[in-house]
Amino acid sequence: MANAQQVVNISTVSQVPSAGLWMDAFRRLRKDRLAILCLAIISTYSLVALLAWLGVIASDYAAIGPDSYAAPSAKHFLGTDIFGRDVLLRTIQGTRIAISIGLVTSIIAIPIGVVLGAVAGYFGSFVDEVVVWFYTTVDSIPDLLKIIALSFVLGRGLFSVYISIGFTTWVGLCRLIRGEFLKHKERDYVHAASALGASHTRRMFVHILPNVFHIVLINFSLRFIIGIKTEVVLSYLGLGVEPGQPSWGVMIDDAKLELARGVWWQLVAATVAMFFLVLSFNIFTDALREALDPKLRNTK
Amino acid sequence: MLSYIIRRVLYVIPVLFGVTLITFVLFNLVGGNPVYQKLGKHGSEAEVRILSHEMGLDLPLAQQYLFFLKQCVTFDFGRSWSTNQQIGEMISNGIGPSLSLTVPAFVTSVLLSIVVSLALMFFRNTAIDRGIVVICLAGISISMLVYIIFFQYFLSYKAGIFPISGYDSGLVSRWRYLLLPGIIWIIVSLGADVLLYRTVMLDEVFQDYVRTARAKGLSEKFVLFKHVLKNAMIPIITNVVLEIPFLYTGSLLLENFFGIPGLGGMTVQALNNSDFPVIKAMTYIGSILYVGFNLISDICYAWVDPRVKLE
Repeated sequence: MANAQQVVNISTVSQVPSAGLWMDAFRRLRKDRLAILCLAIISTYSLVALLAWLGVIASDYAAIGPDSYAAPSAKHFLGTDIFGRDVLLRTIQGTRIAISIGLVTSIIAIPIGVVLGAVAGYFGSFVDEVVVWFYTTVDSIPDLLKIIALSFVLGRGLFSVYISIGFTTWVGLCRLIRGEFLKHKERDYVHAASALGASHTRRMFVHILPNVFHIVLINFSLRFIIGIKTEVVLSYLGLGVEPGQPSWGVMIDDAKLELARGVWWQLVAATVAMFFLVLSFNIFTDALREALDPKLRNTK
Repeated sequence: MLSYIIRRVLYVIPVLFGVTLITFVLFNLVGGNPVYQKLGKHGSEAEVRILSHEMGLDLPLAQQYLFFLKQCVTFDFGRSWSTNQQIGEMISNGIGPSLSLTVPAFVTSVLLSIVVSLALMFFRNTAIDRGIVVICLAGISISMLVYIIFFQYFLSYKAGIFPISGYDSGLVSRWRYLLLPGIIWIIVSLGADVLLYRTVMLDEVFQDYVRTARAKGLSEKFVLFKHVLKNAMIPIITNVVLEIPFLYTGSLLLENFFGIPGLGGMTVQALNNSDFPVIKAMTYIGSILYVGFNLISDICYAWVDPRVKLE
């Protein structure tokens, strides 16, 4: 009789649609008004970046004008730089470069981290040892030295900024994914999938990955912060984007000699633009983590 | 415990081997022929051949790698391409200024952030807590380069409180030059450290043992100082130990900007001069220190937290 009772219970439970992890997280996130504001700011920046990339706005950012270091005015809203180029247009183009660094380095680093972490955690034993050895080794070279060394040997340019940040910053994600796969591969739903004849690849990427995908999402948001801040350091070291390209790092780097001449607009424009984007990513990443990570949720 | 330590120490060998491999591949394969870096694009064929031979680049790759491995084991990295100085000598000259800048700044910022984050525990879930968190988040959203430019302009150039840049090797007179870079270091690291330590302490505040401590009538102050701080110190110390290796590189930006002749400034100069051996040596030594302190941190952890051994 106890059995029959259980069956009834299960069927009643299954009739109530349970909000999944994603719906639940979305509901939590929506209640956090600050996080939504940050998401709106990030979306605006992304839209600006997209329009700049398509050439719809700020397309004549490289046009050299007659007024060198013109102060902000109605004609040049944020003044001009040494070559008379409009600082507002350059700041907008800088948004394009900043967003592109976040996106492209994610496209490089996330697949490396996810695939290596998944394979190591899922197969264990020898494969795991090799992957752990590999990421421990990569992790042993201090981040900044690694990025600098790689962009140094690749030479200056946006391409080498992508490559050097992308290929060096996957270790944290890889370690987390490996840990999750270690736990998940022994769960019942994975055994069930294997009983139904799902291949290893299918079990890994169709069954387990969606359950740990929140880690990827948090990492994706985090990468923009790392990417944008690293670009500034690389530009200062002469390893950033090509000279003439209007990245925020180049603008801030230029400003180090301008301030003594009373030219503050380029520094302020790049700093403020960067500040609101990075701050939004910082707050949004925290909110995302809180909404998606059940472990954190219980402590609050 | 002992077997854990032995296993952990032995693991250093394959990791360091991997580091030499990555460094070698990076500089000798990805980087292209360093002879052209040294000669410029217009070296004649004979010059290239002679220099390649001098640098041992005409040898098979395996042999070149063995040579690099020997350098790594003996810590003899040869001479700099741009100054022709012994790299070992350059590093021992630079380490003093670097550590003079980073150690006091590091100690101050760690202590300060522990104090601030512990204070935040008294105010958790209040406007003060949220306000400080927002300030920290805002602080870490500004590039270090902006802090440097801003402070140097206003405090040194305009107000004249600090020298604009420079260094004096005298044990006392150097502090005049190191004060402002040190303050900038503290401001930059404070935000990130407070956020991290606050999270660590929040993890502890909701543990059962804290509830028990409160239940038996201990004051909030006693609970936080005696119980929470003690337990939170484990992850905090682990984190602090892992940051120590970065003190040796000093700070690339600060040293270069303020003209402090430390290892960070040396690395920036090597980058500007395409000085392969110096960058290679800095990368390798930085990694060795990181591996070493990682080892210390893991052993400390296992020592204070017996649960680690079970893994």
